[in-house]
Amino acid sequence: MNEVIEGFVQAFQLIVSLNPEVLEITARSLAISLSATLLASLVAIPLGGLIHFREFGGKKGLITIIQALYALPTVLAGLFVFLLISRSGPFGFMGLMFTPVGMVIGQMVLIVPLLIGMTLIALSGVRKNIQDTIVSLGATEFQTILTIIKEARFAILGGVILGFGRAISEVGAAMIIGGNIRGYTRVLTTAIALETSQGNLPLSIALGIILLFIALIVTTILFTVQER
Amino acid sequence: MIELMQIYKNFGEKEVLQDVNLTINRGEIFTFIGPSGTGKSTILRLINLLDFPTRGKIYFDGIDTSQSEKVRLQVRRRMSMVFQKPAALRGDVFHNVAAPLRFRNSTIEETKSRVPEALELVGLEELEHRKAATLSGGEMQRVAIARAIITRPEVLLLDEPTANLDPVSTEKVENLINAINTRFGTTIVLSTHDMVQGQRLAHRMAVVLNRTLGQVGSSREIFYHPMSREVAHMVGVENIIEGFVEANEEGLISIDIDGLRIEAISPIPPRTRVTIYIRPEDVAIGTAEDGKTSVRNEFSGRITRVVPMGPMVRIRVDCGLKMIAVITSRSYDEMGLAQGKDVFLSFKASAIHVMEKKPT
Repeated sequence: MNEVIEGFVQAFQLIVSLNPEVLEITARSLAISLSATLLASLVAIPLGGLIHFREFGGKKGLITIIQALYALPTVLAGLFVFLLISRSGPFGFMGLMFTPVGMVIGQMVLIVPLLIGMTLIALSGVRKNIQDTIVSLGATEFQTILTIIKEARFAILGGVILGFGRAISEVGAAMIIGGNIRGYTRVLTTAIALETSQGNLPLSIALGIILLFIALIVTTILFTVQER
Repeated sequence: MIELMQIYKNFGEKEVLQDVNLTINRGEIFTFIGPSGTGKSTILRLINLLDFPTRGKIYFDGIDTSQSEKVRLQVRRRMSMVFQKPAALRGDVFHNVAAPLRFRNSTIEETKSRVPEALELVGLEELEHRKAATLSGGEMQRVAIARAIITRPEVLLLDEPTANLDPVSTEKVENLINAINTRFGTTIVLSTHDMVQGQRLAHRMAVVLNRTLGQVGSSREIFYHPMSREVAHMVGVENIIEGFVEANEEGLISIDIDGLRIEAISPIPPRTRVTIYIRPEDVAIGTAEDGKTSVRNEFSGRITRVVPMGPMVRIRVDCGLKMIAVITSRSYDEMGLAQGKDVFLSFKASAIHVMEKKPT
């Protein structure tokens, strides 16, 4: 018990004293997950729009698969990207294995389905009469899609924030693809996993508190956005 | 301006429009009247090119609108539609009213001068920076009208523009519709279930009945010369009676109705089965004390039912025929009428609209 209390005391000291290693790991985590979220949004929102506005065979099936992928285990996303970018994989020549860029790709694969799904939900939340109004006011097809996405922007943003939360808190893909290399690919979650197994509880707890704090901020932003 | 030719519209298995043929002229106020759910909105949506007819063609200013999406957009941009429940886009009133100009890539200067202009016309210039979602129903309706006219459309379509409004807002919107028509010469096509509103506003109207147009004409024609029992019923002709023409003397005909004789003005020859229509406002009521009048058609009967309707009273009288009369509450009180009282019913020969009964 003492050990745990001692751990918390030291963890606070690490945070308050702005320990360089703690700061560096936090910054890297944020950088990788924010990049992954941003890039995933650029892919997923237009794709979601396309699926929503176009009629095609197998649309329902595709949406079902996308929804199933919300729950894609993080290690599977990691494994999938590993198979693609490992030295013997089709993109092995790019040398992305054990790099932050590889980790960004892993997290993108993980959250793109979630973001597409959330975009679809957001767009179907825009009532039919809004679409009629926009078309009736003389919008082209492209203007219509753009305006409807704008109408749904807060709901879509909610999905994006949710995606960021999933990206920064996952450990499987980061571990498999990043390899938890100190000072290069070590992020909050992989560091916690390693330090805990090595018995370095103060550092684990400090990083855990920071991760929790980030999750708290994300949730707060999410609620604020959804209340607009 | 707008021509509908043999328009049919199905939603899945359900046929909602059947053989609709109509021409709407440039500069007129044209009204579709009919009960809810008869296809009025469907017709307006087809005219606005939001939906495709299942069969038939729509011409706008001579242009066949079934050509391509590009043509449809070009034509659609020459008109505007205000929906029954106008939708507010996110953002403030300015952003909403400016939307059609944004879609047409207007310059910022033009937008900045046109939006206040349009808002002033609907009398809401002070609401420019209000969030559209916070507007009342009447305000949103007028913002939607401002948004619709900002492009100076040739045709303005309004779907039940006052159905959800209080009487004060209704009057404002009606005045606005008239003003737009007279000031800009805009062709206005609107739908309403309110017959009186149709009469107040429209130059011409069409009665939408049983998935098609029951009758097209001026409000006078439709109110006083309905072409069918259904149209008559809808425009408030409550006395619809069938009879047999016995004689025609220079246009004055006598009609036998189960032994009662009614005289009316019509060119219909003797030995014809006819339906006669009499508006309840055209039926006068007198008491025994008043004595006989000089009116040709006068019958004695007894009041069987009295229904007050604000300033008017609806009275059902049995005089061999069951007739309905509407008189003012004031005269009802002054004559001391009541249920069960004996009265005289009279109506002028010229107040009767006679139609040959079509063999069914």
